Order: sequence, then C-alpha cells, then structure tokens
Amino acid sequence: MSGRVLVGVKRVIDYAVKIRVKPDNSAVVTDGVKHSMNPFCEIAVEEAVKLKEKKLVKEVVAVSCGPQQSQETIRTALAMGADRGIHVEVSGKDYESLGPLQVSKIMAALAKKEEAQFIILGKQAIDDDCNQTGQMTAALLDWPQGTFASEVSLEGDKVMVVREIDGGLETIRINTPAVLTADLRLNTPRYATLPNIMKAKKKKIANVKPADLGVDLTSRLEVLRVEEPPQRQAGMKVETVEDLVAKLRDAGKV
Amino acid sequence: MMFPACRYVCKAHRCIRALTTLRTDSAAPQLYTSIHRRTCSSVSTPRITTHHTIHPRDNDPRWEGIEMERFADEADVVIVGGGPAGLSAAIRLKQLANEQEKELRVCLVEKAPQIGAHTLSGACLEPSTLIELFPDWKERGAPLNTPVTEDVFSIFTEKHRIPVPILPGLPMQNHGNYIVRLGNLVRWLGEQAEELGVEIYPGYAAAEVLFHEDGSVKGIATNDVGIAKDGSPKDVFERGMELHAKVTLFGEGCHGHLAKQLYKQFNLRENCEPQTYAIGLKELWMIDEKKWRPGRTEHSVGWPLDRHTYGGSFLYHLNEGEPLVALGFVVGLDYSNPYLSPFREFQRWKHHPFVASTLEGGQRIAYGARALNEGGFQCIPKLTFPGGLLIGCSPGFMNVPKIKGTHTAMKSGMLAAEAIFPKVTAENLDSETAGIHVPEYSESLKNSSVWKELHAVRNIRPSFHNYFGLYGGMVYTGIFYWMLRGKEPWTLKHRGMDANQLKPAKDCKPIEYPKPDGKISFDLLSSVALSGTNHEGDQPPHLTLKDDSIPVARNLAIYDGPEQRFCPAGVYEYVPVETGDGMRLQINAQNCVHCKTCDIKDPSQNINWVVPEGGGGPAYNGM
Repeated sequence: MSGRVLVGVKRVIDYAVKIRVKPDNSAVVTDGVKHSMNPFCEIAVEEAVKLKEKKLVKEVVAVSCGPQQSQETIRTALAMGADRGIHVEVSGKDYESLGPLQVSKIMAALAKKEEAQFIILGKQAIDDDCNQTGQMTAALLDWPQGTFASEVSLEGDKVMVVREIDGGLETIRINTPAVLTADLRLNTPRYATLPNIMKAKKKKIANVKPADLGVDLTSRLEVLRVEEPPQRQAGMKVETVEDLVAKLRDAGKV
Repeated sequence: MMFPACRYVCKAHRCIRALTTLRTDSAAPQLYTSIHRRTCSSVSTPRITTHHTIHPRDNDPRWEGIEMERFADEADVVIVGGGPAGLSAAIRLKQLANEQEKELRVCLVEKAPQIGAHTLSGACLEPSTLIELFPDWKERGAPLNTPVTEDVFSIFTEKHRIPVPILPGLPMQNHGNYIVRLGNLVRWLGEQAEELGVEIYPGYAAAEVLFHEDGSVKGIATNDVGIAKDGSPKDVFERGMELHAKVTLFGEGCHGHLAKQLYKQFNLRENCEPQTYAIGLKELWMIDEKKWRPGRTEHSVGWPLDRHTYGGSFLYHLNEGEPLVALGFVVGLDYSNPYLSPFREFQRWKHHPFVASTLEGGQRIAYGARALNEGGFQCIPKLTFPGGLLIGCSPGFMNVPKIKGTHTAMKSGMLAAEAIFPKVTAENLDSETAGIHVPEYSESLKNSSVWKELHAVRNIRPSFHNYFGLYGGMVYTGIFYWMLRGKEPWTLKHRGMDANQLKPAKDCKPIEYPKPDGKISFDLLSSVALSGTNHEGDQPPHLTLKDDSIPVARNLAIYDGPEQRFCPAGVYEYVPVETGDGMRLQINAQNCVHCKTCDIKDPSQNINWVVPEGGGGPAYNGM
C-alpha cells in the first residue's frame, strides 16, 4: 500500500460572515468577503496529519478545486502538516457551477493517479451543505466509505470507523483503500502557526487542470434563483388560551 | 480620597455586601476575593479577567511543564500592522531595495484574517501621497473610482438644515479628492506589497514587544494560541513566534496596544499632551437608484448632538457601478454625559429628514466602528526609540477639520522607510544599541508637508472648548484658519484625557433615545452581526481588567456603567448576579470589533485592550 492520503479542502465563506444575495438573485456575494477553510475540512486535515504522526500513513496530500485563492487554503493545510498540495484550477463560470459530482470525479481521478490509500474529506461544506462528495467519490472508485466519522482506527489493512448516525453511534469495519468523511467530534484541529506557515511556503503545490485528469466539468444542475430566507415575523403575545385558539383559527391553522 | 458621589458609593457597598456566594458557571470556575482599596467587607467578585497579562503564568500550577520556548526568525525590518501606514512603509522599503539592488527582508504581521478586514474609514482620500508612492497608480488599478463632485456642509437642527458654504481654502473642501472604500485600497496596497516581495502574514497578531538586554527593541512575538477561557492551556496550545528585526515599525492604528506599552517604556509622551479621540461608526447602504448622486459628499454638525459635544456626520455617494453610499457618525470621546450612546446618536441621526430621504427604500449591508485621533499637533509623541519607531494613526497624524488621516499616515510610513533604509542596509553600522535608533525619521517628518498641515490646523479642535461650543469653534476656524492659515502665534490646549471628562451620572440627565424602526435605524446586536465579527470562543477575554471589582464598584456606582453605552459592539453588559442582589459586569469578548473605545474612555482606566488570537475580529469588506 502506498500509504498516501488525499485530503480535500474547500475554500468557503467564513461562517461568521453575514451572507448577502446579489441584487440579481443569481448567487451570493463573494467579492472581498472573508473566506476560510471549511471547518469539516480542517478536521479532515487534522485526522490525516494525526495518522501520519502515528506513522500509519506516509504522505498527506492536500487537494483543492477552485480559483487562484484556493492556494491559500492549501497553504493552511500544508501549515497544519500536509506534505504537498495539488491545486485543481477551476475558475469563472466553471467554478460557479462546480458541485459535488465534478469534485468527486476529480478526486477519483487524482486518487487513481496518486495511488492513494485513503481519501479523507469533510462530511459537508458549510456553503452548500450538500454532504455528497465523499459518497459519490467512493461510488466512482468502487471503494468502501466511512462517513460521519467520529472515530477512526486502522487495524492492519482494514479500518474501523465509528459513525455518528441519527440513533447514536454505528461502528463498521471496512477494507482499504477507503473514503472517510469527517464529522465534528472526530478531533480538534490544530492551529496553523506562523512558523509552520513560513515553512509551508517551501512545500510544493502542483497545478493541475481538470481536462488533464479527463474530467468533464459540465453541471447537470442549473441554479434558477437564490433568495434570502423570509424575514422572521414578529410574534404575538396572548393573555388566555381562548385568545390563542381564536387567533390560530383566524390564521387558518386550526 | 473620597469620590464625590458618596451616596452612590454607599449604595454600591450595600449591593456588594448583599452578594452571597455566586453560583459558578462552567466558564469561570474560580471565585476570587478581591481586596478593596477603600473600606468594607470581603467581597466576592466573580473572576472576569483570566488573561496572562494580568495573571502571569510563571507561578500558575496549570502551566507547569508546558513548553514555553518560542521559535524565532530574523528579518531586516518588521512592521506591525497592515494598514495604510504599515503597507506604505513596506512598499517604500522594497522600492528602495529594488532600485539600489539590495537584499532586504521585510516582514509584516497583521491581526486581521485578510488585509483590509479590520480597516474602517469614511473615506475621502487626498491622493497626494498615493501619487508619490505609485505615480502609475491608475495603471496599476488602485481603487480610486469616485472623484468628489459635490461638497455639501450643513448644520442640522431637529427638523431642518442650515447650509454652510464651503469656501475654497476651508479645510473641509474636497475638490481633487476621491471617495474610497479604504478597505479595498488597503487590500490593493497589500497586493502591491506582496508583488514587491514583502512577506505579509495576515491572521497573526503582534502580542508582545521583545527587548534586547540593553533595553532597545528586538522585535515582536505573535500571540500564543490554544489557551482556554479560564487561562489554562488546551491540547492545541502553541506558543507564538518571535520575529527579530534591526528596526521594528509600529503601525497599529489609533490607540495601539503595543504603542501604549512603548509610551510607558520609553517615556515617549513626556513632552506632548495626552491624545484625545473620537469614535466613528459607519454603515454601507445600497440605496434607491433614483437617489444616487455619485461623487457627492455630505457633512453635517449639530443635531442630534448639543453644542458642547463634538461630533458630526458624513455621507458619501460612491461611484463603483452600484448605488452604494457610505455614511457614518463621529462623536468626540471628550463628552461628559455618561448616558450618551454614540451608537444610538448615530441611529437617530439617520432619521433627520435630509438623511432619511436618501436612505428610504434602501438596504443596509455593512456596519462597523473604530476610534480615531483628534489630538493633532499637540499630541504627537516622541516618535523614535532604540530599535523602533511609530507610524500612522498610532502616534496620530490625522488632520481633524479635514477629517483625513490616511494621506498623512501613508506619508509617515514612507518617510520612515526612507529614514531607516540606509541604516538597515549599511555594511558596518556603528550603532550604540542592538536595536537601531533612527531619529532621522522624526527630523524628516518635521520638515515635511505633514507637519505643516497639522501645525496649521492645530487650534481648530481645541477652539471648541468655549462657552459657545461648536459655534465658537466654527467662528474661530473662519477667522484664524481661513483668513490667517493657522499662523496665530499661540497653541491652544486640549482638555486632558478623554477618560477624565465624564461627569458623575447623578449630575447628568439620561437621554431618551427613540426605538429603532428596523428600516432606517437598527438595534445594536443586529448591527454587530453585520460586522462579521467573531472570535474563538474558548480563549481568555482580551478586554482585560486590571481590577475585576472596579466596574461595579466605580464605573457602575458613579457613572452608571458608561461602557455599556459607548461600546459599539455590545461587549459590556451589567447583568444581575445569579443569586442575591447586585450586578456584575459581563464581557462578551466575541462581539468586539477592535475599535479601542473602551480602553480610551473607561473613566477608571481599568480596561486594557490586548490583542486576541490572530484572525479574530471583524470581517469588514471594503469599509
């Protein structure tokens, strides 16, 4: 086994920023807005680096698909301990319509090219909340998947994954190579400290085009309209139960 | 040393005595018995401050065995702060290095997560300095897109406005200037600097000044990360990094926290007046296209402030392809009524018919606030010390009547670069101290346009301290500045520190502010949300108190807790204690927008703002 881990990292709008919809309702405003690494991707990077520190894998490669600025996100992953980066250049209209299907095709192609043993991704991105890339990648590669992982341990050539599911926790054992997606409680990501950022400048980031990987970026989805959620209506206080029932009847709810 | 408001002191004592054991909450597990300076009983004040600058880690058992050594690196010049001054200095250094084919390592650290994210200003830029720095700024794409076309000045009354003609020669005349979104200009400067080879590290705050054994400045250390809210180390704890330099430039902006230390360390303020400040609050609005007049600048004074409270407003129509206006309100921090809330003055000013007519039908898309300098010439400290120097709004070069400080900040950065360049690239420099002293910077500043400008307007702001307040100031400006260009032989003094100007609450009338209507005026918390501010929650609050008991014992008792009104982000709240009577101060550090007003205006000067983990704070976009 190659002992190589591919980690996908996505550059998303920072979670604390107030989102604004463009006046033409086509998309969300991203120009100049603060971006950072998707929190679940940070957890994925941390897990990969931890595996390397335990000497269970040999190399961690950080991958990001996007425009020029995605390189900053890869640098952060390098500062956290990834060995090298791959920047898959996607910009303009292609980037606006980039979704899980295309990204999983790219990840699958890269996994084959790099002979990866694991692909670790965040369970979902906080901008689209799709929760699809990990699963699609596993399907395209015909690899087993351990999604919503809150605990990962390697046992020889198999992986034990504790998954967070609706009813509680599910423990599965899967073969390698495998796709894992990180959930919140998997670990606490380390900080990318300044000395590591400086060292990361010396690590390599390769530039790749999707066409080089034989991936077609056409989207099967067309975004028709983006809207803000409806404004919260003010509530009303009532004095008695009779009042409440009367108001509910008026509103047609009862 | 009795306080004048004895009645309030006794009331506070009764409250405090009535405090029973407080229920501990998970975030602050330790109770503290603080020793009162005055009389009275043992008091249980809940522990608020856990930061290591107030509670050192040397004897703290939780820190035993933790590796505290720091990684260190050397540069030729280190610049603290990626604002107009810091970036101009960095750019000028690299321009000189490239011209003279010399190697020069310039490192710049900035606490914001990206360059420009903590920048907030009106702003009406005088392009003179930018032209000096980049004669080809237009070709390079500097975002100066809105030349000023109209200049409107008004005195507001509650319902009306009195137009004031802006005669050529008055400081607030804006012909030839540009309305800019300063955050975007700063971001552009950052890109230019990187292209020239400056190493820029956003997201890393300079937290500590380092000294050589001979007392000169050695450089800075960035903040530690991974300390929990109660001050103990987390698993992810990592020490900050040390950056050593021959000269360190401090460009932290108005009221920098490291500059505050340096003033004391090197006694830089012994021959100047204490700095005075104002708070500026700003919003960006997308307005109805029909009301959009690109290039129009509007300024007002008067309502809602009374003639003794310095302040005024601005409203600029930008011209960047969409109907965007930048508007804001400035209140001098030498105000005396502790019931005054700059935020609520701003919100109610927007309802003036002249302003509301522009905003009706529009949408607010951004909010922020920052303190700014008002002291001018009389408050410029000694600017150089062995190993470092101060640039930009940190020492303070703002031209107050013009309300412009960006061009002078940039100029000071450039002059600093020109002064230190020969010294840091010299082959065998004979320096008395390990950190190089560059007094040539002060000299060149004194001979520059910045000095002349600030000298000419030095008496305008202090002239407001007269019986007629605002109107007296305007008359003074008209006579002495417009006609005599500031050549009068005297220099008026300011009133002293802003923190000392508050009158006790009992001597002042509470102000009845109108409720926000949710269309033109808004509440504080929804405004703070728009600033995009956030901090890692599990870290010691960076608003540190030298004495945790003073807020309730003094600020609340005498001044009715002015910090809950002057903070533009709702950081300070006096809430009832969980059991028993009395109040306690709650610090919502995560809301902080790094404006520095609390450090300036706290009447007890008990609040010491220190830098939080880098990357935290507002996420301004082109403010």
